[in-house]
Amino acid sequence: MMKTNGWQRPHKKGSSMKVVLKHLTKKFPNRNKKAGGDVIAVNDFDFEIPDGKLIGLLGPSGCGKSTTLNLLCGLLKPTDGQIFFGEDDVTDLPAENRGVGLVFQNYALYPHLTVRQNIIFPLQNLRGKDKLSREEMDARALEAAKLVQIDMLMDRKPSELSGGQQQRVAIARALVKMPRLLLLDEPLSNLDARLRLQTREELKRIQNETRITTVFVTHDQEEAMSISDMIVVMKDGDLQQIGRPQQVYEDPVNLFVAKFLGTPPINVFAGEVRGGGVYIGGECVLGAAGVPDGPVTVTVRPEGFVLKDGGPFGCGLKNVEVMGRDITVVCTNPCCEAPAVRAIISAENIAQITGTQVRFALKPAKVYLFDAATQARIRCELTE
Amino acid sequence: MEKNNLKGWLYLIPAVLFLGVFMVYPLIDVFIYSFEEGYNSASQTYFGVGMYNYEYVLHDPYFLQAVKNTFILVIITVPLSTGLALLISVGLSSIQKLRNLFQTVYFLPYVTNTLAVGLVFMILFEKTPYTEGLVNLIINWFGGESVDFITGPYWAKMFVLCFYTVWVVLPFKILILTSALASVKQELYNAARVDGTPKWRIFWRITMPMISPTVFYLVITGFIGAFKAYSDAVALFGTDLNAAEMNTIVGYVYDMLYGTGGGYPSFASAAAIILFAIVLTITCINLLISKKHVHY
Repeated sequence: MMKTNGWQRPHKKGSSMKVVLKHLTKKFPNRNKKAGGDVIAVNDFDFEIPDGKLIGLLGPSGCGKSTTLNLLCGLLKPTDGQIFFGEDDVTDLPAENRGVGLVFQNYALYPHLTVRQNIIFPLQNLRGKDKLSREEMDARALEAAKLVQIDMLMDRKPSELSGGQQQRVAIARALVKMPRLLLLDEPLSNLDARLRLQTREELKRIQNETRITTVFVTHDQEEAMSISDMIVVMKDGDLQQIGRPQQVYEDPVNLFVAKFLGTPPINVFAGEVRGGGVYIGGECVLGAAGVPDGPVTVTVRPEGFVLKDGGPFGCGLKNVEVMGRDITVVCTNPCCEAPAVRAIISAENIAQITGTQVRFALKPAKVYLFDAATQARIRCELTE
Repeated sequence: MEKNNLKGWLYLIPAVLFLGVFMVYPLIDVFIYSFEEGYNSASQTYFGVGMYNYEYVLHDPYFLQAVKNTFILVIITVPLSTGLALLISVGLSSIQKLRNLFQTVYFLPYVTNTLAVGLVFMILFEKTPYTEGLVNLIINWFGGESVDFITGPYWAKMFVLCFYTVWVVLPFKILILTSALASVKQELYNAARVDGTPKWRIFWRITMPMISPTVFYLVITGFIGAFKAYSDAVALFGTDLNAAEMNTIVGYVYDMLYGTGGGYPSFASAAAIILFAIVLTITCINLLISKKHVHY
């Protein structure tokens, strides 16, 4: 049962609304006039957000995620390109008329209004044939409040609510007008760790129940991976990769995406391909047939290590972090970009770790090669 | 605890002494004078104690005229100047180009000398046998009759006084309101825009409530300031305000003390206490209203 709480599918015409970005570009004039040129916040975005899905826009701070969101809701005008909601070109439609719901990072609740008044606010703007009676507005507001489970707080002011509750009010306010598209700007960044975990599941549930096409912005890859149907990885205004979270994690197109996804982060080594073999610091760790000789960047997911006596890859042992089910072997390797190599192995193998050296075999599916210069993925068949 | 209390009082001594000597003592003194009949400051003598001073002042046609003038001034200029200031600051906040220029222009009257400005107003409005004055030229140009604004009919003089007062108090109000407007978070406006809120509704439902504490501050200080008006009238109509029918309550107090035929500190004190009572009442009413309508 998707439609609990009597929530209706929000779309008025037809049943679906995908969002299409066509060569969307946003440039800002450079503040430092001497430096000249424009800052490109969003560079030639060209992709489709499928109907009814939850999309995570992911990237480090300043990569243009929020700009993309502001372009979608109409608070910013694109420099170039077009935005389609379904079949309608909304590029020149002002924010007031787009009918999207937006949840701000700091929630932007009206501090002088109660929760009820905050939620009703968007409904009171409806004019003409969409105009609602007071009873209808109250009913709709209560429905939205129930969906985010704040219906018992209706007469409080925002200042009397906790961060998590404020966030729910903000979501209820965005949902109450039954938007065609729901946008969330860093929705969980102001919550503490426990609440964040809880709220992101709530978000997923709400999205499941309402089936509104939802785009949310985050710099936390774990957050994006855990609830998105699709993630869009961005860097410096450039689109890096789009896909299902697992697919992007398992098949990164470049070093940036490989490094950005996954906790603990992927281990990066300076390596070399010589005669069909991948070498890290003189040790041939894997076979790579058909890859031309030359320097490469070798990356290994933490779960890609297998403890093995006489394994091809040796490291100096630093310490072992016991996490219960798994253990993290922290070790050193002179070729590693980071000061420590982190390998996650099953706790059952803890007895095998002795002395000052550990030797690993690598799982070929968890190892990616990247061009040392361009950082692009070198696609090849790796063998043990 | 005790020791800390002593220390606290020690720190307060300079302020307490200063305020006591220059504020509290004179206030009490004025209150006492207002009940002493025929007090003479030179000989420090008086005839008796009673309500005579109040009785006299409340029956003095000059005082009644001053009260009437002051009330008209307050009722017209406070709402008008606050409203105008709000309008101008909202305008200033919504323009990008030349904003600094306009802000400077609107702030200039604040740093200009009141009496000098009064003189300029007099020249603008005055009608003499030799010249009609700029304002009258404009009125004539639109086909109207010349009006003597400075020595002519009561309504014309009151108009000039109100016009001048509004003009003088406007810059401060604009300054305060523009900073209040700037402190409203852009995010709230963005949220309202995304929710499809029309501009006028954003103003009444978001901007106004958010700046309401500032607006009420301006209204309260505006009322107090207007009740204490005096120099404005002097700048326009000269020192013999009773003859010009343009006296204010503070002007009456001054005249009773130092004006021609002055030297009645008892009457002056009574008038001052009456003014104090009026201002206190109005401010209390303001605060009561503001509790209902001001957020936070």
